[in-house]
Amino acid sequence: MSGHGASSLAHWAERIRAAAAGRSHLRLRGGGSKDFYGCGPDAGNPDTLGTRDYAGIVAYEPTELVVTARCGTPLAELEAVLAEQGQSLAFEPPHFGSEATVGGCVAAGLSGPRRAQAGALRDFVLGVKMLDGNGDLLTFGGQVMKNVAGYDVPRLLAGSLGTLGLIAEVSLKVLPLPVAEHTLRFELAQQEALDLLNRWGGRPLPISASAWRGDALHVRFSGAAAAVGAAANSLVGLGGQPVAAAEASAFWHSLREQTHAFFAGDAPLWRLAVPSTTPVLAVDGMRSDAQLVEWGGAQRWLRGEGDHAAAIRALATEAGGHATLFRGDAATRASSGAFQPLSAPLLRLHRNLKAAFDPRGVFNPGRLYPEF
Amino acid sequence: MSIDNEIGAPRCVVGRRQLIAQLRTVLPPHCLLIEEEELRPYECDGLTAYRQLPSLVALPENEAQAQAALEICAALNAPVVPRGAATGLSGGAMPHRDGVVVSLAKLKRIVKLDPLARTAVVQPGVRNLAVSEAAAPYGLYYAPDPSSQIACTIGGNVAENSGGVHCLKYGLTVHNVLRVRGLTVDGEIVEFGNAALDAPGYDLLALMNGSEGMLALITEVTVKLTPKPELAQVVLASFDEVTKAGDAVAGIIAAGIIPAGLEMMDKKATHAVEPYVNAGYDMDAEAILLCESDGTPEEVAEEIARMKAVLEHSGASGIRVSQNEAERLKFWAGRKAAFPAVGRITPDYLCMDGTIPRKNLARMLVAIAEMEVRYGLRCANVFHAGDGNLHPLIMYDANVPGQLDLATAFGAEILELSVELGGTITGEHGVGIEKIGQMCAQFSPDELDLFRRLKRAFDPGGLLNPGKAIPAAARCREYRLTRGAAPLAGSVR
Repeated sequence: MSGHGASSLAHWAERIRAAAAGRSHLRLRGGGSKDFYGCGPDAGNPDTLGTRDYAGIVAYEPTELVVTARCGTPLAELEAVLAEQGQSLAFEPPHFGSEATVGGCVAAGLSGPRRAQAGALRDFVLGVKMLDGNGDLLTFGGQVMKNVAGYDVPRLLAGSLGTLGLIAEVSLKVLPLPVAEHTLRFELAQQEALDLLNRWGGRPLPISASAWRGDALHVRFSGAAAAVGAAANSLVGLGGQPVAAAEASAFWHSLREQTHAFFAGDAPLWRLAVPSTTPVLAVDGMRSDAQLVEWGGAQRWLRGEGDHAAAIRALATEAGGHATLFRGDAATRASSGAFQPLSAPLLRLHRNLKAAFDPRGVFNPGRLYPEF
Repeated sequence: MSIDNEIGAPRCVVGRRQLIAQLRTVLPPHCLLIEEEELRPYECDGLTAYRQLPSLVALPENEAQAQAALEICAALNAPVVPRGAATGLSGGAMPHRDGVVVSLAKLKRIVKLDPLARTAVVQPGVRNLAVSEAAAPYGLYYAPDPSSQIACTIGGNVAENSGGVHCLKYGLTVHNVLRVRGLTVDGEIVEFGNAALDAPGYDLLALMNGSEGMLALITEVTVKLTPKPELAQVVLASFDEVTKAGDAVAGIIAAGIIPAGLEMMDKKATHAVEPYVNAGYDMDAEAILLCESDGTPEEVAEEIARMKAVLEHSGASGIRVSQNEAERLKFWAGRKAAFPAVGRITPDYLCMDGTIPRKNLARMLVAIAEMEVRYGLRCANVFHAGDGNLHPLIMYDANVPGQLDLATAFGAEILELSVELGGTITGEHGVGIEKIGQMCAQFSPDELDLFRRLKRAFDPGGLLNPGKAIPAAARCREYRLTRGAAPLAGSVR
């Protein structure tokens, strides 16, 4: 660790201890690319603790399939270093801007188009170095694939939106880039697409991404060249049209980064995580064509003006999943909450955990739920 | 081994008679064991060196009975030790002297199997292999395959976050479970995860995996099912030096290949195994590698060719590719029978479970060879090479005074070296009681304190599986004094 790095951590620990002593709050922030996500943090007008200066890749050995980076490392820089070695973050995390940092990426816990096949961000988190609400520097997990010593704190921090502690350094599992990729486009209505995706999901096909939007289904195959070719050929008979490589790459990138036309405009954006077999969702008063389906049917994006929070959340619950107000103006987020409300026992466990990690409630109050 | 001073161990418990009287009101007579001869089979799990009779054993037949029993235990301040098939190797299911073992063996129903959604809802006492058998007609299976999969149960798999020989490609239990339903220590029903790919709030589902029965009692699990690959083939490679085998492992990963399985055995392990199962291993080799490819026939052909090229380049002295399914299973039979095979040639053995960065494999094996001389005990090595998880099998005879202590010290030294080499004391078997001392080597006092706070967030009274996994501060102070080592945050990692 360089002198600069060590002094950053020591300085942050001091600020955390001062905030804890003074009962004030800190807003943890990387590049700010995901400021829109979650609620608040307005409670108590917290000071911002920016993490961008604590940057750099600490360790990377391609044959160990692990990279360790400081929280402020730009996500783009990390991915570029991996790509040079023919490797990648297989969960394809969205950046949502060039400022995105590794720490923010892990704290937000979001995964991209490959999630259904490769796993989520949390599946790739192997270890963390963190500062808890007492300002103590703690290390959990490590740089190895298998590790069951102690509770799985690293995965617990993934998606915790900085409410449990400051992620100072993280070790992520990396995977080789696929040798070959191929995308097919099918003209299909949404329900037909859902049926097909679930049937294909039960076959050992190398499907690495799928998206239905506006009567067209895109399916991406990734893996060994022979396997990708054979799989794509077997589905061409069903009406699949090959998509040119550059066009396909731009398409999947536009979903990952939400630059696709579907995501344009200010209408609230809802993300529903549901079982992949859930039939086409219909919300009273919302246009049925304002939907985008990903992850083999397990992730549904809905858009529409107006207050549909209660109806959407009821629908997601009934299907066995949950709904997130992914993007919306501050007023809607404040009234509807960004995340699906928790059951009473789960809310109690959340509060207890928050108190265990951050007893004085220093970090990001209200960012996840208004209760803590 | 005393477990009285660990985290949350209750200082006083009610009388046994009162506990029996109350549990009898909620459990049928055949679901409550109280006589010593009935309790005896529950005195240990797969770690047979450590035994303790429980006060009672409860065998609920459904969630409601489990809930009622937990409520009584909580009200009477009685420790609860959850138990699945008790195949665990770290003493995680070892009873508490004053506690109730809650066996989930009777909860063994597959509640629902949805081939289209590729999920199965199962009770915790369902055996790992039974899930794959039920899914087989649909071309699906449950991917994690610990060696004990014939006997071990899903509830125990979640509690230990079990792995297996295919987890480099297909993940551990935590990667293959969507939802865990359970009871809090007070008997409140709680669901972690759901039928979708993620859940709102903190990832408590991930936290449940590997929590060793200390946070909640599992009553139902939804697992993911995976399409069975069309074809699998395995390459069996021999090496005249262990270091060459280690280099080959790194070479395969460097070539961008993620094998479906990548296992190593040293000469002592193959010599134990070969007379037992006739797997066809090269008895002159210092180490063998099993490297598997699965997928479509095209994919497998392409990958096997690439694997062979790397293995040849790494100096393999012999390479054989399984030519049919029977031969593939034969090659694997030796690896899968490694533990019982070693059990045949020694009265007792201890199985270690450290994980290290792959690059340090040769260094670890050299160190183990030196320890064999120093402790005067033999050690066979079986290694999940793909993910760095090492299973040294330390052979000893419990009937020879002092040998268990020597074997334990030998094992402790391996685990401490695992930490020093940038790894961990346990990759998949759990801490339990076996490695609770070495937790003091891997974690700083502040880190252990956070574990204790996390535990209290779920179980303030410390009634769920007390004395396991997380050492008390006093134990670590003693450990540091006797070991002469005082690891601090970041000092060895």
